[in-house]
Amino acid sequence: MPATSYLALAAILFCIGLYGVLTKRNAVIVLFSVELMLNAANLNLVAFSKFGLYADIAGQIFSLFSITVAAAEAAVGIAILIALYRRRQTVDVDRFDTLKG
Amino acid sequence: MNLSGEFFAFLIFSLMAIGGAVFMISFTRVVHMALAMAFTFLSLAGMYVLLHAEFVAVVQVLIYTGAVTILMLFGIMLTRHRDEDHAEGRRWHRGLSFVGVTAFGLILLMTIWRSPLPESGADPATYTVQRLGEIIFRHYVIPFELTSVLLLAALVGAVILAKREGQS
Repeated sequence: MPATSYLALAAILFCIGLYGVLTKRNAVIVLFSVELMLNAANLNLVAFSKFGLYADIAGQIFSLFSITVAAAEAAVGIAILIALYRRRQTVDVDRFDTLKG
Repeated sequence: MNLSGEFFAFLIFSLMAIGGAVFMISFTRVVHMALAMAFTFLSLAGMYVLLHAEFVAVVQVLIYTGAVTILMLFGIMLTRHRDEDHAEGRRWHRGLSFVGVTAFGLILLMTIWRSPLPESGADPATYTVQRLGEIIFRHYVIPFELTSVLLLAALVGAVILAKREGQS
């Protein structure tokens, strides 16, 4: 398979994740969509580690680091979400508008 | 385009990935969304196997399909307020988002289509787990150690954030 197909798949997944972030109201699903966007970026890294101009295994290492940071982000995100839920009794992102001018 | 096994595997995995993502967007029950997302993560692991990144594929299954999905299910369970994701009264917002994201995606796809990319990949015989470990522990050992600090900070931070206030 040429590199174009992997990059196109990653672009489509990134766009679906972006649409989810922009339109979903449940904060858990917004976090999930962010994970989907991060996964699309990982797929790009791994694809370029095989198909890049200077193809090297370092792309896979970058994607491993990215997966680690994404896991830490998901854990902290869920913790913040639970703290917010305890305070406001909702996970609807439209209701967290205290800073709105 | 030759009809090889790799082509069919790519076709099946990409259909599974995009299908899971689209179902995640279109389902209304939150638990179904989480399961569709696990499906997408699993098919991305298959994609990594196709790209000769077996270790990354195993890590993807362990961390995303296992840990992150279960973590999100816990989040859904602990914050269960209104099970369904209603979307009334936001037609303008949805339409504008859809148009913007579609335009962005078309620009991305056109750029990818026009860029001159190398057709053939690198030699897969050098993409072994042994070489991956050697490079991590020789060239990237400081980022690796910093990652452990980051994970510890995230662990402690998540526990402190999720702890009930007023109890010590």
